[in-house]
Amino acid sequence: MSRNLLELTDIHVSYGRAEVLHGISLAMRPGSIVTVIGANGAGKTTLLNAVMGVIPSTGAILYDGAPVPRSVEARVAAGLCLVPEKRELFSSMTVEDNIELGGFLRRASERGETREEVYTRFPRLAERRKQLAGTLSGGERQMLALARALMSRPRLLLLDEPSLGLAPKIVVDILNIVSELRKTGVAILLVEQNARAALEIADEGYLVELGEVRRSGPAAELAVDPALMESYLGAHS
Amino acid sequence: MHLDATIATFLIQDGLTNGAVYALLGLAIVLVFSVTRVIFIPQGEFVAYGALTLATLDTGNVPGTPKLLLCFGVAAFLLDLWSWRRDLKVDALLRNIALNLGLPLLIYGAVLYLAPLQLPSVVRVLITVSIIAPMGLYVYRIAYRPLADASVLVLLITSVGVHLAMLGLGLIFFGPEGLRAAPLHDGSFTMGPLLVTAQSVLIYLMTILIMIALYFFFEKTLLGKALRATAVNRLGARLVGVRTQLTGVTAFVLAATIAALSGVLMGPITTIYYDTGFLIGLKGFVAAILGGMGSFPVTAIAAIGVGMVESFASFFASNYKEIIVFGLIVPVLIWLSIGAIHHEEE
Amino acid sequence: MMANKHLMPGIAAIALLAVFPLLPVPPFWITLANNIGLASLVAIGLVLLTGVGGLTSFGQAAFCGFGAYTTAVLTTAYGFSPWVTLPLSLLVGAAVAVPLGLMTVRLSGHYLPLGTIAWGLAIYYLFGRIELLGRYDGITGIPPLNIAGYPFLSGQSIFYVIWVFVILTAIGAQNLLDSRTGRGIRALRGGGQAAEAFGVNIIRAKLIVFIFAAIVAALSGWLYAHMQRSVNSTPFGLNMGIEYMLMAVVGGSGYIWGAIFGSAFVLIVKEILQRVMPELVGTGINVEMVVFGVLLVAILQLARNGLWPMVARLMPPKGQLQIPTSVRKLAKRTLAPAGSPLIKVDRARKAFGGLVAVSDVSFEVKAGQIVGLIGPNGAGKSTTFNLITGIASLTSGSVSYQGQPLTGNSPREIAKHGIARTFQHAKILPDMSVLENVALGAHLRGSAGVLRSFLRMDREEEATLLAEAAYQLDRVGLGQYRDRPAGDLALGQIRILEIARALAADPTILLLDEPAAGLRHGEKQELAALLNKLRQEGVSVLLVEHDMGFVMGLVDHLVVLDFGTLIAEGRPAEVRRHPAVVAAYLGGVA
Repeated sequence: MSRNLLELTDIHVSYGRAEVLHGISLAMRPGSIVTVIGANGAGKTTLLNAVMGVIPSTGAILYDGAPVPRSVEARVAAGLCLVPEKRELFSSMTVEDNIELGGFLRRASERGETREEVYTRFPRLAERRKQLAGTLSGGERQMLALARALMSRPRLLLLDEPSLGLAPKIVVDILNIVSELRKTGVAILLVEQNARAALEIADEGYLVELGEVRRSGPAAELAVDPALMESYLGAHS
Repeated sequence: MHLDATIATFLIQDGLTNGAVYALLGLAIVLVFSVTRVIFIPQGEFVAYGALTLATLDTGNVPGTPKLLLCFGVAAFLLDLWSWRRDLKVDALLRNIALNLGLPLLIYGAVLYLAPLQLPSVVRVLITVSIIAPMGLYVYRIAYRPLADASVLVLLITSVGVHLAMLGLGLIFFGPEGLRAAPLHDGSFTMGPLLVTAQSVLIYLMTILIMIALYFFFEKTLLGKALRATAVNRLGARLVGVRTQLTGVTAFVLAATIAALSGVLMGPITTIYYDTGFLIGLKGFVAAILGGMGSFPVTAIAAIGVGMVESFASFFASNYKEIIVFGLIVPVLIWLSIGAIHHEEE
Repeated sequence: MMANKHLMPGIAAIALLAVFPLLPVPPFWITLANNIGLASLVAIGLVLLTGVGGLTSFGQAAFCGFGAYTTAVLTTAYGFSPWVTLPLSLLVGAAVAVPLGLMTVRLSGHYLPLGTIAWGLAIYYLFGRIELLGRYDGITGIPPLNIAGYPFLSGQSIFYVIWVFVILTAIGAQNLLDSRTGRGIRALRGGGQAAEAFGVNIIRAKLIVFIFAAIVAALSGWLYAHMQRSVNSTPFGLNMGIEYMLMAVVGGSGYIWGAIFGSAFVLIVKEILQRVMPELVGTGINVEMVVFGVLLVAILQLARNGLWPMVARLMPPKGQLQIPTSVRKLAKRTLAPAGSPLIKVDRARKAFGGLVAVSDVSFEVKAGQIVGLIGPNGAGKSTTFNLITGIASLTSGSVSYQGQPLTGNSPREIAKHGIARTFQHAKILPDMSVLENVALGAHLRGSAGVLRSFLRMDREEEATLLAEAAYQLDRVGLGQYRDRPAGDLALGQIRILEIARALAADPTILLLDEPAAGLRHGEKQELAALLNKLRQEGVSVLLVEHDMGFVMGLVDHLVVLDFGTLIAEGRPAEVRRHPAVVAAYLGGVA
């Protein structure tokens, strides 16, 4: 039996004096998709940022059985990669340069190889190699953000609201790509507003409310849990 | 004396020569600002250090800068040691010793050995640059790295502090007397009515060469792209594993190199004092501000313009030369501020 | 006299200053003290400019130059009396500051200091080149100050003149900060967005501090000219400009008394270096530049607030602010009759390039109602909110308030209508007291300007504004925190503080931007209870929220957005069951 890829124990995060995560624990197995869902403001993005090291947190983050390295850059080198909510692309640089930079920490030979895989997976991006990232449509940007992340050959991909701001049809495309990705062996921690769609492709789900885990369990069970409806739409009054 | 064709062509040549150097300095300022948000006021001191180091080497003496480099290295070493006082790792310590103590010692030893040898001027230039360029690294480590998250304004006041300290160090290590380096090549030739010195041709060539090298670096190398990426989106760059320190150090070493080269180019055409660099650097600033602190091509063109204005001002109103050059930014500020009003209304 | 205990160190300092020249001290101590006084004036201006207003200038020495040269020329060439040239010197300083200020205060932060370096140098060279100003030799034979025939020739006598000006300026500057105008200036540091939403004219506030700093620098120059009895361009160069900045940074950003401390610190260190160092190293090596440079960097790295806060900690604490109970009442707006339309959004549209963020949204807020504007992330709620508050401009459509169009109005003009708002990311001034933060909300209900504040002639109005702020704090239940720094409050209390600040503007409608975001359950209940109470008192509210649970039991009317369009509207219970709303929140099944 293999050990957990990621194990969070009692994660707390504060902005100034206000604590926004009040002790979150979570575990995920290699190659699985785990989704963190919950209403806006529950602390989902904060959780991903803490795992990536973009913001400081307290509590234990074990990655592959050992404490995760301290800096963001070292975490990228160790195989974590965050696709943030705002994508954070290099908008005035070409698609090609964005993808190239995704493999900044990899050797040149690995980079070339991964690049070909990425272009095969995203033919749209291959067509637009020379275009500036800032001129892409919303869906293409999300694809580029995913492609850039894959260039670092991650073992754990942290996806923050990949469907945010996209038209429903493109949301389906993106989530299909996400569930395709797991076949390459990468584990995915997925934060999504679109709870139903996220639970559809995930193995496990965590429902987060006001900085705490309210429910967790197999995705299929969580999808029919009344707590889900209540958390998003408020209790019956 | 009135302006005739000969004088005009002479003034144009003079303006171009100075403008080319200002362009290099302006580019370095834009580079450092876009990558690190630091407004690089101490650049002028690097220029002066470069020129004065070369001029001292010309006389066969050992300049003060290698010793200064050693001081910078020791300071950086001690600061690193202090920041690691809780968890000291052996391999990091060894790397640190090599970089902060080994490198300056090596350069110091090499200069001690090479300085009296009457080497060809190209070698003297290379020695000069290899003394000054690593200073960029240590200055970044000592002054700016602890302030990586500070606002542009705090970084700017820091820059002024660094400028003041380096100016004082220049006075201590070089004294108040000015020096003039020997021209790298003292030939000259006539082109029509114009007497062209080899030194000025050298300046044009070097400027163009450095610009091509910078273009190649930013467009074709991964590290160059990482610098651009940091300028465009700092968080994005961190998320792909580009360390802020790496890009910061690279930008500073590049800028110090460019400044040292500018000093080497300026050294033989004008007498440089410990505080001359600041004025030269500020003209690079005027160009960078004209370029909105962001555009490389506009900065380069503006720098040539600054050189021209300065050259013609020194003919028509030599007393008011500096006033006119520094006054140049006034219309730009007005223009930018009108732009800001429009922006506000949007 | 307990309340006045905090004044003791000040009174002691003034007493010490008064007897200082009478003590048997070496003459150069007097000279040093005089120079500290002159520098303090400039540094006080810089503290206001940089520390309080967030603007940075390295060119203050040039303004000293304008003050000094004005009096030098007028007294020597035209025979003016020094007391006549005092206002003229200050006027010249101000007259130069106006165009320079207009040019730079609109620009992003770093253009001003860069600009000051460039024109600081240009002006310095100019002083040294102009015939009228005696070129590099300068002007000599400036008459001393005199009162009733008694000339202030000795260092001891001019000492008193200088320090009287320093103390008066410092007190005036402190008065200015503790006033309506001062609160607007202090709010600049937080980016000014909150200040603007309560009617502070940001550009004007920045200009005011810039001109103030120029005037006190010119005053210093005027005093310098009559102390030295001669001027040349040397002390007005960039190096002095940098030294003044060092004094302000050492003293600490934002502390008037720190400016005097910083000036003393820097000049005494300089004196020691110049006297002691040659004895130590033997030669006349000039190390002061290196020391000052390193000092400046070290303070920014290690103690960004300067050294004064450490000194201030040794002083007795300030007593509680007394607020007079019987004060003139502020005028109040008449509220619109309940049920009449207040805000009408009509086919509002906002496009960013090709992306339509808000697409033809229409709805209404009626007086006495709480209306919720909700939707999932990215639905266009915040953009719609910004269209109403004037932060963003409409692409098409209109927003009107009681029938008057708001389209094209700035946040400041919108505030004048009696529309007050809070911010999603609370914009309070953490160092200012809770009471002063709330008083900023009442900015438009007062009228005292710079001069009245400086001379402390605004006290009656100020008391009224503070009483109003205290009343609003009691109203929302934060009365006990009145004198605490706002940064000490918890997030839930800060949200409520923002509501109190909005109430201090005497609004007809409150616009709340995600008031419940990040709050804990209990805090949300308190907030909901407060909003219910305010509704009973006749206040109308429009709130943007994504927390359905929070709005459900609270609002009268819900407007739901998704993808920039209005998908449902009505009573909360109905909206909650609307299939489009359920799909928008939970997502369709992919």
